[in-house]
Amino acid sequence: MSDGPTPEELGAYVDEAAKRVGVPIAPEHRPGVIQFTGVLIASAVLVMEFPLPDDVEPAPVFRP
Amino acid sequence: MDAADYLAADGLGLATAVRAGRVSARAVTEAALGRISARGPAVNAFTTVLAERARADADRVDRAIASGRDAGSLAGLPFAVKDLFDVAGITTLAGSKINRERPPAARDAVAVAALRRAGAVLVGALNMDEYAYGFTTENSHYGPVRNPHDATRVAGGSSGGSAAAVGAGLVPLTLGSDTNGSVRVPASLCGVFGLKPTYGRVSRTGTTLFAGSFDHVGALGRSVRDVSAALDVMQGPDPQDPVCTTRPLEPCLSLLGEGIDGLRIAVLDGHFARGGEPEVFAAVARVAAALGASRRVTIPEAHRARAAAMVITASEGANAHLADLKRRPHDFDPLTRDRFLAGALVPAAAYVQAQRFRAWYRARVAELFGEVDVLLAPTTPCPAPRIGQDRIVLDGVEVLTRPNLGVYTQPLSFIGLPVLSAPVTRPGALPLGVQIVGAPYREAHVLRVGALLEAKGVVAAVVSA
Repeated sequence: MSDGPTPEELGAYVDEAAKRVGVPIAPEHRPGVIQFTGVLIASAVLVMEFPLPDDVEPAPVFRP
Repeated sequence: MDAADYLAADGLGLATAVRAGRVSARAVTEAALGRISARGPAVNAFTTVLAERARADADRVDRAIASGRDAGSLAGLPFAVKDLFDVAGITTLAGSKINRERPPAARDAVAVAALRRAGAVLVGALNMDEYAYGFTTENSHYGPVRNPHDATRVAGGSSGGSAAAVGAGLVPLTLGSDTNGSVRVPASLCGVFGLKPTYGRVSRTGTTLFAGSFDHVGALGRSVRDVSAALDVMQGPDPQDPVCTTRPLEPCLSLLGEGIDGLRIAVLDGHFARGGEPEVFAAVARVAAALGASRRVTIPEAHRARAAAMVITASEGANAHLADLKRRPHDFDPLTRDRFLAGALVPAAAYVQAQRFRAWYRARVAELFGEVDVLLAPTTPCPAPRIGQDRIVLDGVEVLTRPNLGVYTQPLSFIGLPVLSAPVTRPGALPLGVQIVGAPYREAHVLRVGALLEAKGVVAAVVSA
C-alpha cells in the first residue's frame, strides 16, 4: 500500500469533489471532512488494491 | 408488582406471570413506568415515554386474559424501541433534529407491530446516534446515553438507548438496528444480550434506513430466551422490504435446550485476535473453554472487509441524507455531519468494488462454514470508554475511539451473518460481550450456544440496581 495522499492533496480532493457533487462544505466543517475523507480513501485503497477475479459480480441483486 | 419483583424477572418471566394471571399486565406496565421515571433520567435512554398508550395496551391484554382469550406469547412484556422504528402517532426522530419537522408516523414499523400483536406493551422510544452513524450514542441533540454501570462512560451505539434501557432495568426487551455493530457494540458495553439475526430475516419496513446493504433489525434483552422469543415473533416475509427473506419461518425458542452436541465451534484468529485489550481475549477464551472449543480458524481478509463496509456505509448513508447535507449541514449533529459529508465524496469505483469484494468475501466465509458451525470472537476491543473520550489505547496503539469500537463487528455484518453478543460474567468489572457467530440463517445455532453458556453461568445480563 502506498503512503496515501498528503493533507494538502486530501484538501484539494475534497474541494474539487464537493464542487462536482454539488455539496457545499462550510469552512468550519472542512477540517473534519478532510479527516474523514482520509479515513475513507485509506479504506477505498485497501478495497481497490485487492485483485478480484473478473467474474465476481457486485453483491446486491436486483430482481425485476 | 414492586420494583424488586420487576427487576428479578426477564421478559418471558413477566409474560408467563401475566398469562398465568399471577400479575396483571397493568401492574407490570406501572412497574416499568415507575422504573423509567425513577432511573431513566440518569441514563438518558428514552426520547419519548408513551405512558398512556402503554396503559391502554396493558388493559387490553388484561381484558383478553379475563375473557379467556389468548393474549399472546409476550403478553404484558414491556418493551421499547430505538427511535428509528416508526411508532404510529409520533414522529420518528432517528436521533436527529431535522426529522422533528416530519409528520407523525402513520403506522407502526412491521417489527413493532409484530411484538404488539404478540401482547408486548410498547412503553417508548430510545435515544441513538444521529441517523445511526456512530458507536457511542453521544447524541448532541438529545444528550449522551450514560452507561447504566458507570454514568461517566458511554453506553455504546448506535442503539445506545436500547442497551442502556435493558442494562438499567427499565425494560427487559428492546429493539435496535445493526448496520456495522449497532446492536452488538452497545450490548457488549452495557452487559446485555444483543441478537443481530441474519440479514433479511426480519423486515425493516417502517424503519429509517442508514445503509440499506447492511441494515438489520435486532433485539436486546435480559436473557437468551427473551431475544429468541422476539426473533420468533418478528421473523417472516415482507414484500415491502426487498431484502426480507421468503424462507419458511425457523422458530428458535423451542430449540434452546438442545445444547451444543453436533456443533463444531471454533475461535476466530487473525483480525479478531489482535488490536484489543487483553481482557476481551480472556473473555473469549473463557467462553471457548466452557464450550470445549480449542480449534482456531481465520476468516481471510477480514480487515479489508471492514474497510469495504466503511466505504459502502459512508456512500449509502450520505446518499440517504444528501438533500439535507447540501441544504442544511449545520442542523446535523457535529459528531455525524463531517462523516456524512465525506461519504458524499466517495468515488463510484470504490463503492462498486467494495460490493464486488463483498461477494468474494461471502464465498470465502461460506467455505469456512463447511468446516465449522459456530465462531467465537470479541464484540468490542475494550470495555466502555468515557463519554467524550476521543482516543483509546488498544494493544499499545492509540486510535480513535468511535470508529474502532466496531473493529470486530463490521466484518461480520458486512455479509449478514447471524450473531449473538453475549455478556460474559465479570463480577466487579465493566461488562464485555463475546460474539457467537453462525452461518446465514442459523440463528438457532448461535442461540443454542448462548443458552448453554447462560445455563452454565458463563454469560449473564448485568442489570444495575
